[in-house]
Amino acid sequence: MDVLVCIKRVPAVGAEIALTADATAVDTRHLGFTIGPHEECAVEEAVRLADRTGGRAGVLTVGPPETEEQLRYALSMGADHAIRVEAPVADPEPEVTTAAITGALRELPPYDLVLFGEASADAGHAQVGFRVACALRRPIVGGVKGIDVGEEHVTLRREAGGGVEVHEAPLPAVAAVLEGLNLPRYPTIKGRLRAKKAPVRVLAGPAATSGLRTLRLRHRPEARAETVLLGHGAGAAPAVVDVLAELGVVR
Amino acid sequence: MVLAWIERDAQGSPTAAAGEVLATARELGAEVTAVAVGEPGDLPDDLAKQGVAHLVLLRHDLLADAEPATVGEALAGLAAARGPAAVLAAATPESTEVLAWAAAALGVPLATACTGIRPGEPWEVTRERAGGILLEDAVLDAPVHLATLTGGARTTGETAPAPEVGVEVVVPELDPTLPRARLVEHRARASGMTLATAPVVVSGGRGVGSAEGYAVLEELAGLLGGAVGCSRVATNNGWRPHADQVGLTGTRISPDLYVACGISGATQHWVGCMSARSILAVNTDPEAAMVRRATWAVIGDVHEVLPAVVAEIRRRAGT
Ligand SMILES: Cc1cc2nc3c(=O)[nH]c(=O)nc-3n(C[C@H](O)[C@H](O)[C@H](O)COP(=O)(O)OP(=O)(O)OC[C@H]3O[C@@H](n4cnc5c(N)ncnc54)[C@H](O)[C@@H]3O)c2cc1C
Ligand SMILES: Nc1ncnc2c1ncn2[C@@H]1O[C@H](COP(=O)(O)O)[C@@H](O)[C@H]1O
Repeated sequence: MDVLVCIKRVPAVGAEIALTADATAVDTRHLGFTIGPHEECAVEEAVRLADRTGGRAGVLTVGPPETEEQLRYALSMGADHAIRVEAPVADPEPEVTTAAITGALRELPPYDLVLFGEASADAGHAQVGFRVACALRRPIVGGVKGIDVGEEHVTLRREAGGGVEVHEAPLPAVAAVLEGLNLPRYPTIKGRLRAKKAPVRVLAGPAATSGLRTLRLRHRPEARAETVLLGHGAGAAPAVVDVLAELGVVR
Repeated sequence: MVLAWIERDAQGSPTAAAGEVLATARELGAEVTAVAVGEPGDLPDDLAKQGVAHLVLLRHDLLADAEPATVGEALAGLAAARGPAAVLAAATPESTEVLAWAAAALGVPLATACTGIRPGEPWEVTRERAGGILLEDAVLDAPVHLATLTGGARTTGETAPAPEVGVEVVVPELDPTLPRARLVEHRARASGMTLATAPVVVSGGRGVGSAEGYAVLEELAGLLGGAVGCSRVATNNGWRPHADQVGLTGTRISPDLYVACGISGATQHWVGCMSARSILAVNTDPEAAMVRRATWAVIGDVHEVLPAVVAEIRRRAGT
């Protein structure tokens, strides 16, 4: 089975997030980049499915040339081919990303299963997978935490309504997955070397626009008082238990 | 007119989040039409109490297992026929999926996880990014405004109950040739305390050091009537199952007390626990972000502090 995973380059922010002077984006001058955990699990799953079925596992991103760093990371995890759809930024509006991915999927050889993350780690629009499925008239299940493939169907498990739901979709299908689907591997040195030299196929992007436009980003107002230091090491235990008693969680 | 998508719980009642959507829809000042999948008679009482005067029930064999894509197709058809100013839904995973499909089918943008909506020329929204650590003000310029709303998107206000709910059953036109997923099985989970509902969560990160290191966290959680959580470092190292992970790609929790042991407080973790009523941080580093943001802190090694706390609880209880 041939599987394609759509991944997005996002800044790897730490404990604080700095914004650019015009506050329209995260200031990434001092940051590294990564892909979100949902997508990392999607890549791992695609590699396993391809291995198990003797198929191929591709990765695709929409963005400028520097986003190839994330494609190479996915290649080092075991994906066997990579596609970049040209776009001026790595964080286009969902409609623009959708147009790029849909266009690419119409141009590329067919995939049995296309995997998305449930939501991108930075913008979190939580919709590109469903939009692509709608445009391509494919069945889709979101929130997926388990995948089993058959000859003509894929079985997808998700947690919903206080239980576990099992869905079945005819192939070709689309799924939006969640972290927890599997435990992604760390790339091996051999994988990294292979990924460094692997070609990336570059496709032209469409001229799409969207009515959703970012005006500015803001920090959420934080209203926490000064931290009360209860002490150091084991000696703090009585003060801790006093607090717990005050909260009513111990007698 | 505004269409308010009514999500229903396992018992068939509108969820609390759906109630908040109705309130926001009313605040937009337009006539509100509630929309749900269902049979006549199985919703109006609940909705009348929330001031809903007009309800559209979507009914179709293909809607029986409520696949979000199919529901989204039906909702898009209704929106296309009625021409509402907006279609609003709760920012839960299921409703977001419904609106994502509807937005794609209608060819319009969708603003998800909104904390505020301001109609105007054009409309503007405020939405949560990166799980809510950042807020984004954005233009939402479209012939019909689709948005999902996070909890607390508006102030709670009393509503006059509607004397009567006018119910209209609509059989949507669904494409019979469209390949669809279908629900083949639903297994209820054993009830009990979950990470999401526990009043106290004792959570451990890299500082716990190993899978075995969580024994003392388990013990403390047991004494406090709580659950054990963890950071992504713990799940990535295979120390804890992903179901225990707190954060952006784990579970968002709002316990009365969050005990963060050996967790630095990266933003992606913080968004998962920032709604806790109070936080106790145990960390060797007094400069850790979690320590700075906590209500109380103990500076020290998890494996010295927690055993002493457990012993002190037992001593006071006389056990
Ligand atoms: C897109 C994305 C999504 C993510 N989603 C999540 C998520 O959902 N949840 C999540 O948790 N993370 C998430 N992460 C990862 C996150 O960025 C951090 O890497 C992670 O939260 C760090 O875990 P940690 O605090 O346990 O480890 P560290 O950051 O390494 O911190 C360890 C802390 O333990 C302290 N310590 C060390 N030894 C001891 C000791 N003996 N006693 C007491 N304290 C000690 C240290 O001082 C330090 O503060 C995500 C990252 C990305 C990029
Ligand atoms: N620029 C992009 N390139 C490739 N895939 C993307 C891009 N943006 C989003 N995606 C995919 O769509 C999913 C959902 O993104 P979003 O709708 O932005 O939350 C992500 O998890 C990715 O799988």
